[in-house]
Amino acid sequence: MSARALWLAFRSGLGGRQAFSTKVNLQGSGRITVEVIEHLERLALVDFGSREAVARLEKAIAFADRLREVDTDGVEPMESVLEDRCLYLRSDNVAEGNCAEELLQNSRQVVEEYFVAPPGNISLPKLGEQESFQHS
Amino acid sequence: MKAQTEVLNRRCVEAAVMTGLALNCHINKKSLFDRKHYFYSDLPAGYQITQQRLPIAANGSLTYGVFMGNKQSRMATKTVRIRQIQLEQDSGKSLHDDLRSQTLIDLNRAGVGLLEVVLEPDLCCGEEAAAVIKELQLILQALGTSQANMAEGQLRVDANISVHHPGEPLGVRTEVKNLNSIRFLAKAIDHEIQRQINELESGGEILNETRSFDCKLGCTVPMRDKEGKQDYRFMPEPNLPPLVLYDSASLPAGTESQQVINIDQIRDALPELPSATRERLVRRYGMLPEHSFTLLNEVGLLQFFQNVMKETRAEPKKVTSWVLNTLLGYLKHHNLAVSESPVTSSALAELLDLLDSKAISSAAAKQVFEELWKGEAKSAAQVVSEKQLELMQDREALEQLCQSTMEGHPQVVTDMKSGNPRAINKLIGLVRKATLNRADPAEIKDILERLSS
Repeated sequence: MSARALWLAFRSGLGGRQAFSTKVNLQGSGRITVEVIEHLERLALVDFGSREAVARLEKAIAFADRLREVDTDGVEPMESVLEDRCLYLRSDNVAEGNCAEELLQNSRQVVEEYFVAPPGNISLPKLGEQESFQHS
Repeated sequence: MKAQTEVLNRRCVEAAVMTGLALNCHINKKSLFDRKHYFYSDLPAGYQITQQRLPIAANGSLTYGVFMGNKQSRMATKTVRIRQIQLEQDSGKSLHDDLRSQTLIDLNRAGVGLLEVVLEPDLCCGEEAAAVIKELQLILQALGTSQANMAEGQLRVDANISVHHPGEPLGVRTEVKNLNSIRFLAKAIDHEIQRQINELESGGEILNETRSFDCKLGCTVPMRDKEGKQDYRFMPEPNLPPLVLYDSASLPAGTESQQVINIDQIRDALPELPSATRERLVRRYGMLPEHSFTLLNEVGLLQFFQNVMKETRAEPKKVTSWVLNTLLGYLKHHNLAVSESPVTSSALAELLDLLDSKAISSAAAKQVFEELWKGEAKSAAQVVSEKQLELMQDREALEQLCQSTMEGHPQVVTDMKSGNPRAINKLIGLVRKATLNRADPAEIKDILERLSS
């Protein structure tokens, strides 16, 4: 397998192409700050409620960082693992549908043919204010 | 029911290429799909597939016409650059029920293919934006890629608006959504421009936020849930390989034609675009560009015009004038669409034939039109004979009438001979009255001048 570089979703901006707009700045020591945790929690709706979770995160980043050791000079970045495959195009025919009733049964609460959701996005309380969540 | 990963519909790609070509874009032979992540109840998957890194088409232009001046009599041509066109997925639709503190989600359109056309900030006001969107609608309708009806959500427009002093860089922009018609689009843009100017001039600042147009209040208001800059965590879509398009030169041999898109083939099959249609009308019928715009902008009017042209002997200029001034004037006054016109194209064609053969005068023709507008299924010829509007065909009788009128008003004749222009008009009026308006004023003038020389 030839050496290829993978773009990680949370790689900090290294200059050059700014294809991804995530701006998570990593400290050189590998410690994750409170601001970073808050930001990640809002983006991914993941709860980093415990010190162990944060430590696990730091270890995961350190593991992935080893990719930086690969020499990618003069190597074209890969777009995806599928980049040499053919994109299948389906013809514009209706093959299925008319299953509204069946799909609506997936939801606990429906109104006529609408799914019911809470009003808009519920904002998370700030890290300092929240009670500790229970991990499910 | 099995879970499925995303599959791209061939027609979506064809529509994208057609639209890109019609908008003079460069078609990218390879384009890529990405995931755009955000949380919202109408996006069950938590991400939308789009083309952020490399869209299917880019760097195009759209030429449009704007009416100049208050009287809308002159047309100027302007161009707006197209930044890119991208394929993406639609989300579901949310209905906010504030009363019961809930949001109702309709997922029928979720996952359906969308085409997003991104324009460069080359526009300066609501009127320009309205003209651009109108032209885009006409193009999409001509291509058959969309009916582009804004009220039905077939075409959705979001406006990004900022202000700056000339020579300085662009200011902070706000995004305005919920624009359901071209009229509201223009209103919202002009209102937002003014709001930003007022805010800045009173020392405030503009937030990079999303606002909604409230048509009842006639102004833009901040939208909830869309505060603050979003972090979309773009990543390549793992389930979709790159989209590769071909042209006649690069077409691979032996591949299934269903799986291959040939840009050249699509280009050759493009229908006539509105700008070409307008040019053709101007060339063929000698009408002004403004007229060609009006003919295309009004639904059904071009077809009506062409139907009349087919059935009448009258000159194109006459037909143009009657369709754009008289017919359209009546339609607008009574708030009717062309399809609801009580006067059919055949009836108008017949009327114009009568006028052309000088069977009736211009004034009489207007009267006939008014009568036809009542929609009582009478033909133009019937109305003419019922109301006795035929022009006098007997030249001799007319000459005699002119002679006797002149004899009856010697003082006016003297005035006329001494060059008083009002005198001859008075005589013409008298003769017309005597003929019960059944003589052509130009002809009367002719005879009077001859008789008095």
